[in-house]
Amino acid sequence: MGRLSDGCRKNVGAVSVEPDSVGSMTRDDDKTPAPAVSVRGLTKRYGKTRALDGVDLDVREGTVLGVLGPNGAGKTTLVRILSTLIVPDEGRATVSGIDVLRQPRRVRRVIGLTGQYASVDEKLSGRENLYLIGRLLDLPRKAAQTRADELLERFSLTDAARRPAATYSGGMRRRLDLAASMIGRPQVLFLDEPTTGLDPRTRNEVWDEVKRMVGEGVTVLLTTQYMEEAEQLAGELAVMDRGRVVAGGGIDELKAKVGGRSLRIRPADRADLEPLAAALDALGVTGLASVAVDAESGSVRVPVLSDEQLTAVLGAAAAGGITLASVVTELPSLDEVFLSLTGHKASDTSDADADTDTATATDGDSAAKLEEAAA
Amino acid sequence: MSATTVTAPAAAPVREAADDRIGLRGHLRHTGALMRRNLLWIRQDPESMFDAVLMPIVFTLLFVYVFGGSIGMALGGGRDEYVQYLVPGMLAMMALSMSMSVGTGFNQDIQKGVMDRFRSLPIGRGSVLFAKIAVEQLRVLLSTVILLVVSLLVGFHIENALGLLAAVGLSMLFGSSLMWVFLAIGVTAKSAQSVQGLGFLVMMPLQFGSSLFAPTSSMPGWLQAFADWNPLSALADASRGLMTGGPVARDLWVTLGWTALLTAIMAPYAVRKFTTRN
Repeated sequence: MGRLSDGCRKNVGAVSVEPDSVGSMTRDDDKTPAPAVSVRGLTKRYGKTRALDGVDLDVREGTVLGVLGPNGAGKTTLVRILSTLIVPDEGRATVSGIDVLRQPRRVRRVIGLTGQYASVDEKLSGRENLYLIGRLLDLPRKAAQTRADELLERFSLTDAARRPAATYSGGMRRRLDLAASMIGRPQVLFLDEPTTGLDPRTRNEVWDEVKRMVGEGVTVLLTTQYMEEAEQLAGELAVMDRGRVVAGGGIDELKAKVGGRSLRIRPADRADLEPLAAALDALGVTGLASVAVDAESGSVRVPVLSDEQLTAVLGAAAAGGITLASVVTELPSLDEVFLSLTGHKASDTSDADADTDTATATDGDSAAKLEEAAA
Repeated sequence: MSATTVTAPAAAPVREAADDRIGLRGHLRHTGALMRRNLLWIRQDPESMFDAVLMPIVFTLLFVYVFGGSIGMALGGGRDEYVQYLVPGMLAMMALSMSMSVGTGFNQDIQKGVMDRFRSLPIGRGSVLFAKIAVEQLRVLLSTVILLVVSLLVGFHIENALGLLAAVGLSMLFGSSLMWVFLAIGVTAKSAQSVQGLGFLVMMPLQFGSSLFAPTSSMPGWLQAFADWNPLSALADASRGLMTGGPVARDLWVTLGWTALLTAIMAPYAVRKFTTRN
C-alpha cells in the first residue's frame, strides 16, 4: 500500500518499549517497518452521534497521510485522540510505537500539533510564543531563545517577531502555528486542516513549509477538505465519511477510481460549444464520465486520466477547427470524490455532527465552519 | 489504512501508569514559563489591572465616607473606628472578588486554541492552573498595597505590623482556595458570561451577608445565623483579631478549615476537568 519510507529513522527504537501492543498491531505487515501512526478500531461517541465509528489506519514512517472528508466526518476527533487531547471510547492507537492511551505524556514528547484554529497566544509576540513553547518543552532559556529565532527565520517571521500575534495576518499566524509545532523536533506532525480559511497564495506558502518538513523526515497526518491539498501534500489518502474510513490507498489509485483531473475548455465563439462537445464525445476519451456542457459559463468539462488523453482532447478541438479561449485543469472537488467513492454527496453528512468536531471553537468559528461546509 | 484489519480488543481508558513522570523541578519550570505568559498579558493589556487598582480605592472611600460615620457610631466611636473595622473586611472582599475574575479570565483563555497546544505538550497537569493562580496572587498583593495606602490616608493606623502581615497572608491563603473554586467553575462553564453570572449570584450574599462591612449583631436572626456561618465572616474576624491582637483562635481555625476543604476538593477537580476536557 503506497510508498514505503526510505530507510528507518533512529526513533523507531521507541517501538521496543511496548512490545505487546506494537506486536499485535504490526502482525499484518511484518516485513515493513512499524508504522509511525497506527490506529485500530477507534470509536468516539458524543451522545448518540458516533464521531468515530471504528477507524483503522496506518501512517508509514516518513510519509504523509491525507485524511480527506467533509466537516463532521470525524477528522478532527481523530487528530484530537492521536494528540492525546481526548480519550476514545474504544479502540487503540500508537504514535511512534507509544500507546496513546497508556502513555499520553510520552506521546506528547514526539508529536507536533497544528489545529484548525491557529493555536497561538494572540497577546504574545511571535517570539514570546515560540520561547514559551520551548520552555514548556524543557529547553534551557538560551536554547529556547535560539530555537525560537531559528524558527522565526525559517518561517519568514523575523520582521514580525516582536509584534503581538494578534496583529499577524492569517497566513503569518498559521506559519507561527507551524513553527510552534516544530520546536520540539517532532517525529510525527498532526495538521488539522492547515489551510482552511487561507487565501490561495498563503495556502501555497503553508504547503511549501509542510513539504519542507516532510523533506526532513517528519511523518505527517494531515486532514483536509480539499482534494487539491491532499494531492499536493499526501502520498496516501484515507477518505472519511461519518466516522469511518470509506476508502484508502495511494493517491494515484484513488484518482483512478475517482476520475482524476478534468479539463474545462471554453471556445472563443459560443456557437462552437455544441460542436466542441460533439467532437469530444466522438473521441470517446473516457468511459468514466461523460462530457459535460456548461452553457452558463460557455465551457465544456471533460475528465482526463492521463497526459495522453489531455493531448488527445486538445487535438480533437484543433482538428475540429475550433478556436479555444481558455483551457483550465480542474481537480475533482471533494463532492465529486465523495459521490464516486460513497455514492452520496459529501454535504449530506456535514450538519449532523459538525459541532462535535469543532467543540473547542468559539461560537463564531463553528458558525463559520458550518457555512463553509454548507457552501 | 491496511485493508486487512487486525481487530484489537476495545481498550478502556487506562490510567497513566508507566507514563513519564514530571518531577517537581519540571512543574516549577513549566509553571514559571506560564506565569511569564500571564505577566506578559498584563504588560500587553495594562487595562486589565484597572480592577485591581480601582477596587480598593473606590470601595474604601465609599464605605468610609458613606457608611463609616454611622456604622462607626454603632461601634461606639466614629469614622476612625470604622476604618479599623473595615480594612480586614476589605481584605476578605478582595480575596473573593479577585478570585471570581480568575474564573472568567480562565474561561476566556481555554476557549482559545492555544490551550489545546498546552494540553498537547508534555507538561505537568496543573501547571497552567498554578501559573494562573500565582499571577493572580501578585495582583491581589498589588491591590492589598493600594488598600493599605488608601486606608492610611483616610485614618487607618497599624496597631500590630506582624498581625497585619499575618492577616494579609491569611486572606491570600483563603483567596487561593476560592480561586480553585472559580477555576473549577471557569473550566466547566460554557462561557465567561455564565461564570460571571454564577459568580455574581454567589458573591453578593456572601459579601454582604457577613461581618465584612458591618457587625452582625444588629442583623435579623436568620441573616445573623447566615453571616456567622459565612466563611468570609470568619476570615474578616480572624484578620481583625490578628491586627488588633484580639482573640483569633476560633475564626482562624474556621478559616483554615474552609481553606483546606475547598482546596482539597476543588483543586484536583479543576485540574482533572482541565486536563480531560471534552
